Amino acid sequence: MFLSRTLLKRHSVLPGFDLALGFTVFYLCVIVLIPLSAAFLKTFTLTWPQFWDTVTSPRVMASYRLTFGASFAAAVMNGFFGLIIAWVLVRYEFFGKRFVDALVDLPFALPTAVAGIALTALYAANGWIGQFLAPLGIKVSYTPVGVFVALTFIGLPFVVRTLQPVLEDLQKELEEAAATLGASRWQTFTRVLFPIMMPALLTGFALAFARALGEYGSVIFIAGNMPMVSEITPLLIITKLEQYDYAGATAIAVVLLVVSFVMLLAINLIQAWARKRQGG
Amino acid sequence: MKTAAVTRRAALAAVASSLLIGAAPAALAAGPTLLNVSYDVAREFYKNYNPVFIAYWKKTSGEDITINQSHGGSSKQARSVADGLEADVITMNQANDIDFLHTQGNLVPADWAKRLPNNSAPSTSTSVILVRKGNPKGIKEWADLGKPGVSVVIPNPKVTGNGRYTYLAAWGSVIKSGGDAAKAKDTVTKIFANVPVFDGGGRAATTTFAQRNIGDALATFESEVPLILREFGGDFDVVYPSTSILAENPVSVIDKVVDRKGTRKQAEAYLKYLWSDEGQEIVAQHNLRPRSEKVLAKYAKQFPKINLFTVDEVFGGWTKAQKDHFDDGGTYDQVIAAAKKR
Repeated sequence: MFLSRTLLKRHSVLPGFDLALGFTVFYLCVIVLIPLSAAFLKTFTLTWPQFWDTVTSPRVMASYRLTFGASFAAAVMNGFFGLIIAWVLVRYEFFGKRFVDALVDLPFALPTAVAGIALTALYAANGWIGQFLAPLGIKVSYTPVGVFVALTFIGLPFVVRTLQPVLEDLQKELEEAAATLGASRWQTFTRVLFPIMMPALLTGFALAFARALGEYGSVIFIAGNMPMVSEITPLLIITKLEQYDYAGATAIAVVLLVVSFVMLLAINLIQAWARKRQGG
Repeated sequence: MKTAAVTRRAALAAVASSLLIGAAPAALAAGPTLLNVSYDVAREFYKNYNPVFIAYWKKTSGEDITINQSHGGSSKQARSVADGLEADVITMNQANDIDFLHTQGNLVPADWAKRLPNNSAPSTSTSVILVRKGNPKGIKEWADLGKPGVSVVIPNPKVTGNGRYTYLAAWGSVIKSGGDAAKAKDTVTKIFANVPVFDGGGRAATTTFAQRNIGDALATFESEVPLILREFGGDFDVVYPSTSILAENPVSVIDKVVDRKGTRKQAEAYLKYLWSDEGQEIVAQHNLRPRSEKVLAKYAKQFPKINLFTVDEVFGGWTKAQKDHFDDGGTYDQVIAAAKKR
């Protein structure tokens, strides 16, 4: 009561705060909350044991392992190489830089199915890249490795694009100061630069990870979709829908949603903690 | 701040996509408009059939009619109609996708299949086997696909009608030759143990087999074979097993929609005309087996005579076949579990 009154009465420096907040809440409800709650509502037609059986059946469990595992691995990979790409794009001038910069966004724009077909063709045993890997006994297309490759592809822009503005804001003076105080290159990177980049890197990682969890189009072509081996969770959701099992499909979807929300929340908390430790 | 670039982009994408959905083309022509909701590979067939029907309808009733097509995976299409896509007619490759419209929202009566001749299916196809030139693995029958050392590409039966028909064809061929369910299951298990890739669609499976060079054999619809040969050249032979399944392509008017829109007359005529000589001719030209004996005789060379059994005959109808075999925990799941242990 007291809280709400003060909240409403308090004059903000920003004009139109009430209206803006009202709009924000309304908009989020319509665009995000209501569609997502519809997914939850569909699952309520299941009893608790039915729900539990659906989301923990061995085939579904195998798909979680693949989906979460490959998404995590792809996000880690993107975190590492995305950082390097962002660094190069911000720090160096070279011929065709604009072109490379634009190239980074391509996975955003490309229909994922097209990416999937292209990657499968490249990495199949008779493909451009696959033909060199096949003699080494490395199979990519139609294996979990292929899933990882596809998820890495679609996740890359997230890390690069979140890191770029931060790297651009980095002041040269910081490095110069560090150098003056006798820090080595490596120390400057780990003690001065990396902590500043860390929150953005985590955000990029989280976005790439979340994107990978829900990815369907590109993965479906390269995975081979072998039960218990290379079936991703979104495929099992589609499978349930093909059986007209709406409740079962949304049950798995809800698990995916809840787990990714918890993970995103955790990463947000780490980020907030990192920022605080850094002193804003 | 840091995420600004990404979130702005995401927001733009969301706005753009919602605009596109809102801007779906409205029919501008006068006269009634029919929407035919159909499965994926029927796209070319109806593209050729529609103008023929439009001309026929103009001649007989004087009315200008517009026909819109919507294509996609068959179960997905059925779900869209159940969820409110205003389809006047639905044309599928599997009866249970139309049965679903009866159980879900009572959009069609339970006996929809009895309203038109031949189970309401104006065309059929069957599952056949495509092998590499010269048939090096000597594949002649469904059971040969289960031999050790053979690798066969089959579209995922969990998500494609094509894959389901292949599975049922192999199962039914054992039953028709006097085997029991246990023997059928054993045969099918051996076949599915030899599958290296489960693609999400028939065309994707074709790409895997023909372009990526994976597998000794590809199980697919007979109607797809000429397209594959045309697209990928003559590196393949077609094997007609002695026994296979009759894949019927059923059609129905969506009663709830046509009664509300007042398009029942046109919608019924549209479907009925599929059985006309002109309609059956287009059926045959698209490599689908026509129902008309006359047209079938004309295209006899294109459709070799083999023993065909129906889903009703061996599996007690599509709804039962789906439940017994393909729903979670059904025999297909058991087959896959057993195949993995081999």
